[in-house]
Amino acid sequence: MTMLTALCAIFAITILVIILAYIAVRGVSAINIEFLIDTPKPVGEGGGIGNAILGSALMTLLATAIGLPIGIGAGVYLAEFGDNWFGNTVRFLSDTLIGVPSIIVGIFVYTIVVLPMSRQSGFAGALSLAIIMIPIVARTTEEMIRLVPKSMREGALALGAPQWRVTWNIVMPAAASGIATGAMLSIARISGETAPLLFTALNSRFYNYFFDQPMASLTVQIYNYATGPFEIEHQMAWAATLILVGLILFINIVVRFLTKKKY
Amino acid sequence: MAKTGTFADSLFKGILTVFAGTIILVVIAMIVMMFWNSLPTIKEFGLGFLIGSDWQPASDVYGALPFIYGTIVSSVIALILAVPVSLGIAIFLVEQAPRSIASPIAFMVELLAAIPSVVYGLWGIFVLAPFIRNYLGPFLQDYLGWLPLFQGRLTGIGMLTGGVIMAIMVTPIITAVVRDVLEVVPTSQRDAALALGATKWETTLIVLENASSGIAGAVVLGLGRALGETMAVTMVIGNAPQISASLFEPAYTIASVLAANFAEATDRLYLSALIEMGLVLFLVTFVVNAAAKVLVMGVAKGTNAARQA
Repeated sequence: MTMLTALCAIFAITILVIILAYIAVRGVSAINIEFLIDTPKPVGEGGGIGNAILGSALMTLLATAIGLPIGIGAGVYLAEFGDNWFGNTVRFLSDTLIGVPSIIVGIFVYTIVVLPMSRQSGFAGALSLAIIMIPIVARTTEEMIRLVPKSMREGALALGAPQWRVTWNIVMPAAASGIATGAMLSIARISGETAPLLFTALNSRFYNYFFDQPMASLTVQIYNYATGPFEIEHQMAWAATLILVGLILFINIVVRFLTKKKY
Repeated sequence: MAKTGTFADSLFKGILTVFAGTIILVVIAMIVMMFWNSLPTIKEFGLGFLIGSDWQPASDVYGALPFIYGTIVSSVIALILAVPVSLGIAIFLVEQAPRSIASPIAFMVELLAAIPSVVYGLWGIFVLAPFIRNYLGPFLQDYLGWLPLFQGRLTGIGMLTGGVIMAIMVTPIITAVVRDVLEVVPTSQRDAALALGATKWETTLIVLENASSGIAGAVVLGLGRALGETMAVTMVIGNAPQISASLFEPAYTIASVLAANFAEATDRLYLSALIEMGLVLFLVTFVVNAAAKVLVMGVAKGTNAARQA
């Protein structure tokens, strides 16, 4: 039976290796500097993903600026004050929200931002990503803060520090590295999201720095290139995927080494 | 000092409470806004929306049944394939492999979950679909071709490909939860079984039995993910609103019809129909996830496994 279960594990790893190998081989052959800074052009004239990289970076940045403080705040609440019905409700809803398909978040943001503004925008995309990020950050933050020993809190309280100072100056710094790795993983997660951007941020063929306009993103660009009819588009999809997956794997592996001592 | 301390304390706690409350607010707002925006089709079609099998946006006829069918069938395919493999991996990692091997393998399986959905879609179109068209499909038709499931034209794009790609994507999630659930089964149970003369495999069976509700939770969680899987499925399932017995035929899921059509839906009723399907998907995944959480909590109260759910 050990043979059989080991085969299952080997099978999963083989699939991972096959996927990564395809991305590496097909991606590398299509990548060059021009591709990284150009904007999309009509088929046959080259073109690139510069504006998509910028759009993804801007939206991820804004999403992090909105989602991270709220997520961390909610997580601190859950760990420090959350053992009541309110905390349990928040915890339960966070967990279920994490499992809700991200495209649903896109629809929600469409109804509250895109419909009233009557156009798609980078802000709507970033807000979708922020909503996806908040429950993930909240739960990892809570978990990290709960790992801080009670004795540290008691020590600070015994020295006369008020509760908020204990949390802000003692507990949160102690949990900071854990919170940071959780935040990094959630950024990796949202930078790979496509579905919630399809009809909130839409797409753009140009460099766009303004959040009230439709914005291109790496993931939506991959989707468009992959489903396009031309071989040259497919090559560009693989090249863009190499950039995206490279970034996401890099974050995951860094986090893995930073948290190694826990395993 | 004490007074300012109390004021600052309540201010601090107040701010944190607002942040935490945001999550409740978002969930309520999601339900309200999606319900509100799907009122036109709810009024127009009522429950008939869910059982109607005609989908013709051009003539304002909306029935969601083909999408509900596609969502359920593709998810079932995914679970049939993913559950045994996930169980195998988890058992290997927790019960059999030495820690030095288990840890890197576990990490690699987790990496499968870190790859974005759109990347699976890309890989599905150019690697998995041709594989199914040229190898797996003919193989199934040769041996099981008498089943209506495996009849029809092989294009590589269809229900089966959607289910297979979903299976790959939910495997790391089911594995992670089963692994955590197995890890909280007390070592003393294993020792007791071994002491009574059980073989290593019999001991594992006892452990599995004791963790059964948690394992069920992991499967239900996987179901939740499969039901909502969007990009990869949209790219390989063929996107045709039809109900066909053959797994090789193109199909459509709720999530993929949203991904493929939402941006172009400008007509009021069309938009409402799509949002209503989104609402249905939201409520279903919400209930499924809640059920998974309850099941896992039963085995692993307050542990890592409970958090995953």
